[in-house]
Amino acid sequence: MSVESLFPRLEALLPKVSKPIQYVGGELNSTVKDWDEATVRWALMYPDAYEVGLPNQGVQILYEILNELPETLAERTYAVWPDMEALMRAEGVPQFTVDAHRPVRAFDVLGLSFSTELGYTNMLTALDLAGIPLEAAERGDDDPIVLAGGHAAFNPEPIADFLDAAVLGDGEQIAIAITEVIREWKAEGSPGGRDELLMRLAESGGVYVPRFYDVDYHADGRIQRVAPNRSGVPWRVHKHTVMDLDEWPYPKKPLVPLAETVHERFSVEIFRGCTRGCRFCQAGMITRPVRERSITTIGDMVEAGVKASGFNEVGLLSLSSADHSEIGDIAKGLADRYEGTNTSLSLPSTRVDAFNIDLANEFSRNGRRSGLTFAPEGGSERMRKVINKMVTEEDLIRTVTTAYTQGWRQVKLYFMCGLPTEEDADVLGIADLAKKVIQAGREATGSRDIRCTVSIGGFVPKPHTPFQWAAQADHETVDRRLKALKDALRGDKEYGRAIGLRYHDGKPSIVEGLLSRGDRRVGRVIRAVWEDGGRFDGWSEHFSYQRWMDAAAKAGVDVDWYTTREREENEVLPWDHLDAGLDREWLWQDWQDAVNDVEVEDCRWTPCYDCGVCPTMGTEIQIGPTGRKLLPLTVV
Amino acid sequence: MVQRLRVRYAKRGRLRFTSHRDISRAVERAVRRADVPVAFSAGFSPHPKISYVGAAAPTGVASEAEYLEIGVTRECDPDRLRADLDSSLPPGLDVLDVVAATAGSLADRLECSAWEIRLPGADPALAGKAVESFNAAERIEVERLTKKGMRRFDAREAVLDLHAIEGGETTAGQASGQSCVILRMVVRHATPAVRPDDVLTGLRLVADFAPPSPPEVTRLAQGPLDVRIGGPADPFGLDRDATRGGETGPVGEHVDGDL
Ligand code: SF4
Repeated sequence: MSVESLFPRLEALLPKVSKPIQYVGGELNSTVKDWDEATVRWALMYPDAYEVGLPNQGVQILYEILNELPETLAERTYAVWPDMEALMRAEGVPQFTVDAHRPVRAFDVLGLSFSTELGYTNMLTALDLAGIPLEAAERGDDDPIVLAGGHAAFNPEPIADFLDAAVLGDGEQIAIAITEVIREWKAEGSPGGRDELLMRLAESGGVYVPRFYDVDYHADGRIQRVAPNRSGVPWRVHKHTVMDLDEWPYPKKPLVPLAETVHERFSVEIFRGCTRGCRFCQAGMITRPVRERSITTIGDMVEAGVKASGFNEVGLLSLSSADHSEIGDIAKGLADRYEGTNTSLSLPSTRVDAFNIDLANEFSRNGRRSGLTFAPEGGSERMRKVINKMVTEEDLIRTVTTAYTQGWRQVKLYFMCGLPTEEDADVLGIADLAKKVIQAGREATGSRDIRCTVSIGGFVPKPHTPFQWAAQADHETVDRRLKALKDALRGDKEYGRAIGLRYHDGKPSIVEGLLSRGDRRVGRVIRAVWEDGGRFDGWSEHFSYQRWMDAAAKAGVDVDWYTTREREENEVLPWDHLDAGLDREWLWQDWQDAVNDVEVEDCRWTPCYDCGVCPTMGTEIQIGPTGRKLLPLTVV
Repeated sequence: MVQRLRVRYAKRGRLRFTSHRDISRAVERAVRRADVPVAFSAGFSPHPKISYVGAAAPTGVASEAEYLEIGVTRECDPDRLRADLDSSLPPGLDVLDVVAATAGSLADRLECSAWEIRLPGADPALAGKAVESFNAAERIEVERLTKKGMRRFDAREAVLDLHAIEGGETTAGQASGQSCVILRMVVRHATPAVRPDDVLTGLRLVADFAPPSPPEVTRLAQGPLDVRIGGPADPFGLDRDATRGGETGPVGEHVDGDL
């Protein structure tokens, strides 16, 4: 059955909405395949506005890989803004893909990539606009399989009722595997309908199907156990890890939008994973072990990507890009290649050491010396030991002084507030550090023309980290500490004017905390918020704390119980049946070490400390050096 | 910079929803992909020397005649550049014509525009009457929010010609069998610019005429006003004359800047 383009109906709405170009597709390197020639069809969604969603690497990679498969088609869809939503409802236009403007409900799979939990309400909007029942249990054979991935999918329990399935970890191989399962099942005439398809996916061990698991609770509300409710379904579902990133050099043809987006550049992931062991960092914990792309593959990808896109900025991405074993040669090689070409390079890195400045100097050869960023994360020595951020005050002062003397005038410092065991003094320590930074900078340069900006993020305890048992700080405490910090900085005559402060109030972190460590009972809250008009919760102008609290109260969900309550060692956590490879005992030990200020080294440079990932997942650290260098590009 | 090239391009179909900023980003990238030896401004953050000539057709309005100029560091063959740039731009942003610039300002030659407004579902008789009243009026004051705030100005005088033709074609957003009124007009460029939506506002003011669905507007041409055809002539005519030298051909037909 062929599917008609919704574009003619959509076109009539476009003159009435803001930024209509975001809905028309036609991006350079986008793909429109013949509907009838495909047997498996994916709609990929990044559940935020187009301007945020389009640059998302995960979606772009899967889009390209799936479209390369024969008889497989992938298109993209994004969250529509409220003005468009209202018109679509009024005119009966369903959720559409931007590639060929096909109705999302006509696809076999709707794959959602959740980098954050704040996209949950946008998912409900998309399902509803698509005409897909919100609750998975109410869907029929004509509805797509609603599948979640991305970092938030490591605890999909709060949205379990809305999902048919979830996958953990790297998507490349599992997306192909799922495609083949669906293709086979359809070729056999879709035996057993939706239920059998989900069963086949669950049996493979790599796809979590929430409805095949029952959750029992203790009388006090804690989870008693999570267990499969039918045979053939595995007790635990494992994450996926792509080994040998050189074999997966995606994106090869980056999407270049007409509309303005948040990142206007070509990004290359130079490695995945991070074993620095920062205890607050979920990304570092769930993406282990470190797997590097080789210097030559990186060079090839940059060359091809710039040519295919016309972007004039290249970003070398990873969780801590300065840690690549050959980053020095990569930086020099690329800077040589693109010297004098108006192509600029960027390396998001926040490492507090002189080497990081060398890299920044290399990358700013072509001009812009905007600012350097360092992330001590904790304001006091003790705090940094708790979170395992191994940076001393001397490290920071020495590094920042070097930066100032080398001509950088602006330095950004990242910290967190609300960390476990944190006291007022730890946050006030941030002010002392910032003042010392300016003082040292003034002494070293003999100039008063230096600045630093202090950015503070609210800490949210995340699943699969040593802090998964920790009590989240309540927002009153966070706000009080931030105010004290602000007063300490503003009130300082000598240094106050040289220091900028950026922070958010503590309330959004509480909602994020509820969604991060929530269980299936939190789904009612999400639905109630959405029904009350909740949309785009990641946008401060749309987010409403009160709406979330009201919805929780109505649903009988105690927000404090989920956020500010510390968990016991043996409490069953909602995500315990989902396996990121981390040994639960190791995580608990690391939590105890945190409380006792005990640090742990990086396993790339010291012996394995048995976090559990490599043996459980059958993976290993893959790092250089390869000893190879980047040669100059041949000029045509 | 050794040469300046003048480019006429179209924005068509769904790409009419691009804003001017969207287009300028797309052109910059296309220039880079096509390896056009574009010149850069000097200074701390160098900009490619690409300038847009005349008032851009607004977001949502299609155009067959938008103009830009590119400065290059190496002599380029205009036809080759046309083909390269066109294939580097997304379909819908189409490069139609490129000439090497000769003396004189292109901006000065863009004196007027010809527009087409399609009004799906509009009543031809009512439209015809409204056009008559519009043409009969001496002044029609309209209001529009501009960058400088709400402005009131005359939308009548700049309109050199306005007439309706009846279409029959079905276009987007239209039930089949529905009538479609097509308005054609020539508007002299002025400040503030009188745009097609101002003329539609004028039609509403003089005859209470309001189209039932969003109008589809296209700029058909821009150029020096040619009194013989009562509309814009090709603004590249002069550049072509100069580069063709003594060659004979159907050029030099336009009356340039005489009005
Ligand atoms: S298992 Fe050992 S080597 Fe592998 S990531 Fe964990 S600590 Fe590092």
